[in-house]
Parts: sequence; structure tokens; C-alpha cells
Amino acid sequence: MKRMVVLCVSFVLCLAVTGVSAETIKLGVAGPHSGDLAPYGIPTMRAAQLVVKQINEQGGVLGKQVELLIQDDQCNPNIATNVATRLVSDGAHVVLGHICSGATRAALGTYREAKIPVMSPSATNPPLTQSGEYPNFFRTIASDDMQAKLAVDYALNSLGVKKVAVLHDRGDYGRGFAEFAKQALDEKEIEVVLFEGITPGAMDYSSIIQRVRREGADSLIFGGYHPEASKLVTQLERRRVDAVFISDDGVKDESFLNVAGSAAEGAYMTGPKDLSALPLNKAAVDAFQAAYGAEPGAFFQEGYAAALALLNAVQKAGSTDYDAVVNALRTEYVETPVGLIKFDEKGDAEGVGFSMFKVENGTFVEMQ
Amino acid sequence: MEYFLELFFSGLTRGSIYALIALGYTMVYGIIQLINFAHGEIYMIGAFVALIVAGVCTIYGLSGFAILILAAAIAAVYAAAYGYTLEKIAYRPLRGSPRLSPLISAIGMSIFLQNYVLLAQTPDFLPFPRLIPDFAFMDDVAHIIGSPELVILVTTLITMVLLTLLIKKTRVGKAMRATQQDLNMARLVGINVDRVISLTFVIGSVLAAIGGVLVASYIGQVSFYIGFLAGIKAFTAAVLGGIGSIPGAVLGGLIIGWSESFAAGYISSDYEDVLTFVLLVVILIVRPAGILGKVRKQKV
Repeated sequence: MKRMVVLCVSFVLCLAVTGVSAETIKLGVAGPHSGDLAPYGIPTMRAAQLVVKQINEQGGVLGKQVELLIQDDQCNPNIATNVATRLVSDGAHVVLGHICSGATRAALGTYREAKIPVMSPSATNPPLTQSGEYPNFFRTIASDDMQAKLAVDYALNSLGVKKVAVLHDRGDYGRGFAEFAKQALDEKEIEVVLFEGITPGAMDYSSIIQRVRREGADSLIFGGYHPEASKLVTQLERRRVDAVFISDDGVKDESFLNVAGSAAEGAYMTGPKDLSALPLNKAAVDAFQAAYGAEPGAFFQEGYAAALALLNAVQKAGSTDYDAVVNALRTEYVETPVGLIKFDEKGDAEGVGFSMFKVENGTFVEMQ
Repeated sequence: MEYFLELFFSGLTRGSIYALIALGYTMVYGIIQLINFAHGEIYMIGAFVALIVAGVCTIYGLSGFAILILAAAIAAVYAAAYGYTLEKIAYRPLRGSPRLSPLISAIGMSIFLQNYVLLAQTPDFLPFPRLIPDFAFMDDVAHIIGSPELVILVTTLITMVLLTLLIKKTRVGKAMRATQQDLNMARLVGINVDRVISLTFVIGSVLAAIGGVLVASYIGQVSFYIGFLAGIKAFTAAVLGGIGSIPGAVLGGLIIGWSESFAAGYISSDYEDVLTFVLLVVILIVRPAGILGKVRKQKV
């Protein structure tokens, strides 16, 4: 009888122990995993999976395994809010996401109420950090105004443009880029002959391209994503309009090269610096290629960096307590594929940045 | 003047594509008073089939124009099959039920077809080969009207002439007109109404597929989502011209194409959609049945 009791008690204890070790650090991952913007979200999701797999194999964070909670927001602000509510109720401790600026902004309030640190690898809309409204928000990518300033400086100093047409796709991201570009151009007193939004997904943009020609613009700065950019450069070529096409990192995607083909040649765009020389970057890309046998895709490095930074902060903070984690993010440096980073007061990563790229012979070439 | 012509032909090209798609909406509405919301998806499927055919043909080394014609033909056959099936499984079982039921079924089919292509093909944009070559003789005027625009205009013109002949001169056309006037009466005089309705869907789908192939080779990309916006615009064109009226659909398509093009060219592309829909509202206030539409008397 006594033996039975001992057995029973040890069983109970066993369960209790497994109960403790079953407690996990929950890392939410939100972004577009379906829909036409899925190519921007899937690389980050896979980055998170690779990071978590590696960390779990090395014993996890604070001795606990890391669990992924993956949610698809399709870059849609309405869905993003639901996704945020879902992640909060599922008990996410930190969230990697969202991908699109609009969706991120829609979701951030929910996370702020729930005191969850959020880190986006790709939401570059400046007010997300600069407004100070979201102390829980961080990002591993530089903001749009940095991109726009770089693009304008390059256009003026290296390309010598005189008359600029600025177009955007009316979205948070594209419009933001276009407005910052216009601001920078106005400061330099360069003539902006056209500043307009175009309808994303419209059948064609030939009328607006005619307008660009009529205004005599020698360059076209576009804020938006690759589907519209492909149409614009194709129309520029077809309509024999001689204007340099300059855009943002939403255009720096393999799809732009594939879809626009020869029309993409000579187009300029900003994009995150080429970091392939960093050892951790190489390791991350190798891990991806070993797992999926393909190139990682957009924002993979930033996503990888964000996942590492978040989990590292939890480790350094010694708990998942909001204040401790946020403090760790702001004070502790972490080695990532985008360099050795920590975050400033507003949530922007110190030491990450953009370069100018040009399409030459069907590839993106980094300009010095 | 040159600028005006540039915008004129831009608008004409765009408008003739809207007109091609709008014909499908208006013909179906004319016969069974159903707004076939899945019609935009047929257009998208046409473009996708053409992409696949073009890919295969390129491997066999055919030239651009041969591929375009072959791709358009196969896309038309495929789209016709889709249109026929759509009517058979989604609308025919609901004939005679309240008007909202087939409408919901149409929206459901639209969502289904979009997601089917998304899953079966890709969520990403795909490059569509530029099948329409740049003609040398067009080089001087290429900034006003390019070779692709010329091909689109000629193709739509031929298509519309053929459609008019079919409806005005053939027995089948006569049956279609009779069914449009009065479905029950047409049945009484021995017209196989079900077959006429199927045929209407088939013709509408073929037109949409031709539009899809032309647009895809013009702008050089396709995705599962292109049918949505094109469908909305074409539907607007059909309503503007008077839904149920075939010349009305063409007129509506052209008006929308031009209003978009001139709005973008002379005012601002920010206002292109605003102007189009303001125009729609104004025309519907003045002529509630659309420009060429007839008010049907409701018999109570």
C-alpha cells in the first residue's frame, strides 16, 4: 500500500515537472502569408521558424522552449486588428510583425493595451516610431524618410535631375515615401512638376505616364510596391518617355525584375544595405537554403534579426515582464544578420540603413 | 492637340476592354436579370490560361503573334467552359428562386474562383510575355498610340462586329433576342431557353477571356486579383450604358475609359475614380435606366 502511495505521489510530481517545462515563451508572428503581398510576409515567418528551431535545440530561452504563434493578416488593417486580439488572447509574450505599415499601425494599439513588445522587420512608416505613440514598437529596418532622403540625395547628386514627377499608390507606405521625397525636394528647391496618387491594381497607367512626359519631367519618383512599379516602367518604355525611374524598397523584389523584364533596366531603388558579408547573415541565409532550397526573399534578414533581438531581450531581461524586456531591447546589443544592433528611445534600430540599387542586366546592383 | 490624342487613345483602349467585359454583364442581365459577379473572374482565368499556353508555345518556338492568337483561342475555349459550368452549377438550380439567391451564389462563385486560382497557381504576380510586337511602322506615333493599343482596338472592333452579326443575323441571335424580350413567351414558341441562356454565358465568357488576354499582354502581368477591379469597372460601364443593352455596354465602357483617361491627364489621377463615379451618379439621376437602357414595366 505504501508503495502505491509513493508511486502515485511520484506520478503527480512527474506531471507537475512536465507541467512546468511545458510552459513556453510564446513568440507571435504576424504578417501576410496569403494574398498578393505574401512574398513580403513568408520570408519573415520562415526566419522566425529557423531562429526558434535553433534556439530550442540549444535549450531555449530562460530554460523554456519557444513556441511560435503564427497568424496571417494579409496586410489588411481589419484582419490585422483581429490577429492582434487573437495573439493577445493566446498569450503571446512578444510579437514579430506586422509586415505592412498600415496593418502594423492598426494592430499596435491592441498590443500596447496588452503590454506586449512588437518588432517589425519591414514597417517603415515614420510615425510608427517618431510619433512616440507606441512605446512598445520596435523595428529592424530604417524608416521611410531615411529612404526618401537617400533617394532624393542620390537623384540630385549622382543623377543630376532637374524636374521631378512624384507618384504614389495612396497607401501608408507609398504615400509616406512620396511625401518625404517631395519634402526633401522642396528643401533643395528642385521643381516637383507632378505629385499624384494612382489607383493600385488599375488596368493601366498610360494617361498618367503621358502627363509625366507632358510636364517634361526627367525623373519619376514612385512610392509603392512592385506590381504598380512594373506597370509604370513598362508604360514608360512603351510610350518612349525618357525619365529615370526611382523608387523604394517595396519595389526591390525579384518579382519586379521578372514582371517588368527589360523595362526594369536602369531603374533605381533604395533597399536595405547588402549585408551578405556578415558571418551571421551568411549563416542565416545558408540555414534557409538548407531548409527550403531557395533564395530567402524580402525582409528575411530583418525578420531573422527581429526574432533574435526579441528572444535575446527576453533572455537578458530574465523574464517576459514588459518593462524588463523593453529595457533590454534599448540597452543590450545583439548580434544579428543586419549587424550589431540595439534600439533607440523611439524604437528604431541604431546602425541599420539603406543603400541605392540599380537594375543592371536583370539583377539589383548596389551603388556606392 | 497631340496630348489630347494621346489621352483619347489611352481612354479608348482602356474603354474598349471595359466594353468587352461589360458585354458579358449586360447580356446575362438582359436575359435572366442576374448580375453575374463572377464574370470578372472569368476574365482573370482567361488571362491565366493564355499565360500557360504562351509558356508552352514559347518552348516550341512559335512567334509572338502566332502565340497570341493560339493563346487567345484556347483561353476563349477554357473560359467558355468555365462560363457554361458556372451557369449550370451555380445559377440554373436557383432559377425561379428569389432574386437575391442567385446574386449571393454569384458572389460566392467569384470568391471561390479567385481563391481557386490563388491556391492552384500563385498568390504572386506573374510576368506575362509581351506577345504584341512593336511594329516598325508605328514607331513615329508610338507615343500617341502604340502597337499594343492598335492591336487591342482592332481586335475589339472585329469582336464587336462579329457579335452584332451573330445577334442580328443568325437564328441563334434571333432566339437570344426573343428570350430577352420575354422568357416564357420564347419558351412557348419552342425556343430552348436553357440552351439560349447557356449560350449567353458562353459568349460573354469568350469576350471576357479575349479582354483578359489582350490586357495581360499589354501590361505584362497577371495575378489572381486582376478580375476584381476590372469587373467592377466593367459592371459600372454596363449600368452607365443601360444594363441589358448591348450598344449601351460598349458606350458605357468607352465613356468610363475616356473619363478616367481625361481626368488623369487634365485634372489629377487622384480624381480619376471620383470623376467616373460622379458621372455615373449624374447620368443615373437624369436617366435612371442608363444612357441606352429601357425602363421595364413591372407587371404586378
